[in-house]
Amino acid sequence: MGSYVPSTPAERQEMLNAIGMKDYRDLYHDVPQSMILNRALDIPSGMSELEVGRAVASLAEKNKRFSTILRGAGAYDHYIPSIVKYIPAKEEFLTAYTPYQAEISQGVLQSIFEYQTMICELTGMDVSNASVYDGATAAGEAAAMCKDRKRTVTLISAAAHPDVINTVRTYCYGSGTELRVVPVKNGKTDPDALREMLVDEVASFYLQQPNFFGQLEDAEAIGKLVHEAGAMYIMGCNPIALAIMKTPRDCGADIAVGEGQPLGMPLSYGGPYLGYMTTTTKHMRRLPGRIVGETVDSKGQRAYVLSLQAREQHIRREKASSNICSNQALCALTAGAYMAAMGPRGMAEAARQSMAKAHYLADGLCRIPGVSLKHEGPFFNEFVTVLPCGDKALEALESAGILGGLPVEGGLLWCATEKVSKAELDRSVQIVKEVLAK
Amino acid sequence: MKLIFEKSVPGRGCSLLPACDVEETSLPENLRRATAPALPEMSETDISRHYTELCHNTYGVNCGFYPLGSCTMKYNPRIDEEMAALPGFTGVHPLAPAHATMGCQEVLNLTKKYLCEITGMDDMTFQPAAGAHGEFTGVLLIKQYHDARGDAKRKKIIVPDSAHGTNPATAAMCGFEVVNIASSPDGCVDLEALKAALNDETAGLMLTNPNTVGVFDENILEITHLVHEAGGLCYYDGANLNAIMGVVRPGDMGFDCIHVNLHKTFATPHGGGGPGAGAVGCKGFLAKFLPQSASMQGDGHIQVRGFAGNFLVVVKALTYLMTLGREGIPEAAQNAVLNANYLMQKIRNTFQPAFDRTCMHEFVLNLEQLKKDTGVSALDVAKSLIDYGMHPPTMYFPLIVHEALMLEPTETESKDTLDWVAEVFRKLYELAHEDPEFMRAAPHNARIGRPDEVRAARNPVLRWRNV
Repeated sequence: MGSYVPSTPAERQEMLNAIGMKDYRDLYHDVPQSMILNRALDIPSGMSELEVGRAVASLAEKNKRFSTILRGAGAYDHYIPSIVKYIPAKEEFLTAYTPYQAEISQGVLQSIFEYQTMICELTGMDVSNASVYDGATAAGEAAAMCKDRKRTVTLISAAAHPDVINTVRTYCYGSGTELRVVPVKNGKTDPDALREMLVDEVASFYLQQPNFFGQLEDAEAIGKLVHEAGAMYIMGCNPIALAIMKTPRDCGADIAVGEGQPLGMPLSYGGPYLGYMTTTTKHMRRLPGRIVGETVDSKGQRAYVLSLQAREQHIRREKASSNICSNQALCALTAGAYMAAMGPRGMAEAARQSMAKAHYLADGLCRIPGVSLKHEGPFFNEFVTVLPCGDKALEALESAGILGGLPVEGGLLWCATEKVSKAELDRSVQIVKEVLAK
Repeated sequence: MKLIFEKSVPGRGCSLLPACDVEETSLPENLRRATAPALPEMSETDISRHYTELCHNTYGVNCGFYPLGSCTMKYNPRIDEEMAALPGFTGVHPLAPAHATMGCQEVLNLTKKYLCEITGMDDMTFQPAAGAHGEFTGVLLIKQYHDARGDAKRKKIIVPDSAHGTNPATAAMCGFEVVNIASSPDGCVDLEALKAALNDETAGLMLTNPNTVGVFDENILEITHLVHEAGGLCYYDGANLNAIMGVVRPGDMGFDCIHVNLHKTFATPHGGGGPGAGAVGCKGFLAKFLPQSASMQGDGHIQVRGFAGNFLVVVKALTYLMTLGREGIPEAAQNAVLNANYLMQKIRNTFQPAFDRTCMHEFVLNLEQLKKDTGVSALDVAKSLIDYGMHPPTMYFPLIVHEALMLEPTETESKDTLDWVAEVFRKLYELAHEDPEFMRAAPHNARIGRPDEVRAARNPVLRWRNV
């Protein structure tokens, strides 16, 4: 078996003797004997590192690897610069706890302060927290920030990611808030329906940009509707698109959140990712989660600390608005390193190329007889096609190592990033064409 | 240290992407960004050195002793990292077809099977991303259970006053009224207070056992029995599972649902605050209320996060479970308890344990007398430990002990480390009597002195600006 206990058997006995005990059983004399598990656990025997490495690698090999990924829907296969992988692997970053002890945590605190600044730059918002679990929980926490005694209804667009809608619904279930889903028309949030649903009890409305179907919403006009009704406007934005797209601040958002995975995190079957979460100065003290602030130390030097803790659960207990007491620090570090490596030009280039390649793919697919775009509005790097025999097309693509679009209601939801080459896109279109010609 | 923005030079960058090989398109003008974000412009050398500097100003478990009570800062094996970095895991899209993700599903199923055996539960979800997130999920199981029975009266969750702040915050987030009950002097549940609090409005009880002062509550069977008799359910906060895994099971104590912190008990790293994983287990009758992902499994269930949770963290925990196996799991718990009792014994001739009895995996020192005698507080001792190259223990928790320092050495520390730690504590005890002023100004050898937290809160500077 494997073990990480350094003490030798002789040392262990010496320690037991020092505390006046004969063996390990004595340590548990407070535990009622009837409850002690008097048998070995029904799990396999432990293994050496060499054996474990082989066993776990064999599990990884049971997954099918796709050389080309044309699927997004909340998890995006962007290029991750090599240096970005090495930084979070540094042992001090990896093995540190939440930086409660500022004197020996300036490195991790500064990395979070830098992340907060970069996210504010990307979104145009005033204040960012240190990150939350993922984009869906960020949306749930944002909705919780907005409700009060009079405003007890939360609205969300049906064009948001299904996991975001369901997570917000769950957060609302917890807090006793009613969630109403605003319907979609032609692949976008229906502004007429939204106007009607914006009654006095509505606390907030959540819009995803670009939305789940890849469509670019008229976010600014929607923001005006929301504010006219006196509700808070929450936007969930793809951070890569933000390098070139109008910021949530310029669209009037009070809170901007989103899935931070595209900022340097691999797909990883869904996680770890991170949720970014920002707001305006006005709502700063309602923002949940860890926040790092700048101050000075006893010698007057610049220093960073976990700040505004009076909002948090360890002080406010049941009066806190959220129980969150950690962040995704290592993912925030990754995102910071990603944004530094890409820089403003690299991020814009990744965004432009993703968009160009998605449009090239859409054009190629739509030249195949019988294939068309489901929605006519402008899109970023995702779009839905109406495509006969979608199952067969996906099968044929899969045998060529290509993960095709995601089946959604009425079609396939495709995605392209800067990682896919023209040759891969041409090949994918050719395979679909051959399937449909049969 | 300079901020990354202060090192930025306009025009610098890394060469990462090829030229675009398809026709460019552009966003409609009304959707375009007005000005580019002011992100740093850095060469790869600049970036590498910047983060190396930050890394050198961060203290991890790899740097030294890290006895942060209730956080289980055990060694994080590197093989676990290596397995989680396998392209066969990192390259898997969460919405790839099920037949293409068999390896990932097997990782989740095996980990579930092993953890259910260790905890005495029947089913489990890995969707929650942290301990507090696990609590949220677990309490929502309780809420759904009562709702499904149409028992609308049950609006109260009982939480002992020794509990971690997340417990009451979680109950409130789930729409429950929190009933705080007093603990007995040793942090255990006061049975009379519990009985008085229980009635037909009780939805459940949230409890940690061993409790937050490191004591195993020997009345646990009666506690869970009383709650069940009143019609409530029992939630186990798994923060302290490291003391008992393989020895006693929360399921056998009468708990209905639990969370376990993979980032504490099962050796996955904390990453400076996350990502963790707060797996939630439950007895069979609650399994139908476990969360699912709308995009992976469809609607109709609660959901607390996108997709399947922090999957790579589960890979790390599985690697650890497979390494330790049936023998290594109880061995780890026993040595965690042995190390805590040994260290407490070595320190007790100077600092006073708050509870004079066998502890589990952690123990609390009460520095009230020291403060009275010398003016040196728990904070001063904690900051002085930094100068000796160790991470301070948890301070001022649990709240029921004033001037508390809580130490959890974990099983991955050796006898000689513990002997050295005891020696450092002895020196500080003497120093507190000889030169208390010196300790009040500690740390003396850290990157910075004590930060002005009041100024940070009153005058919040939460991002860098070019002035």
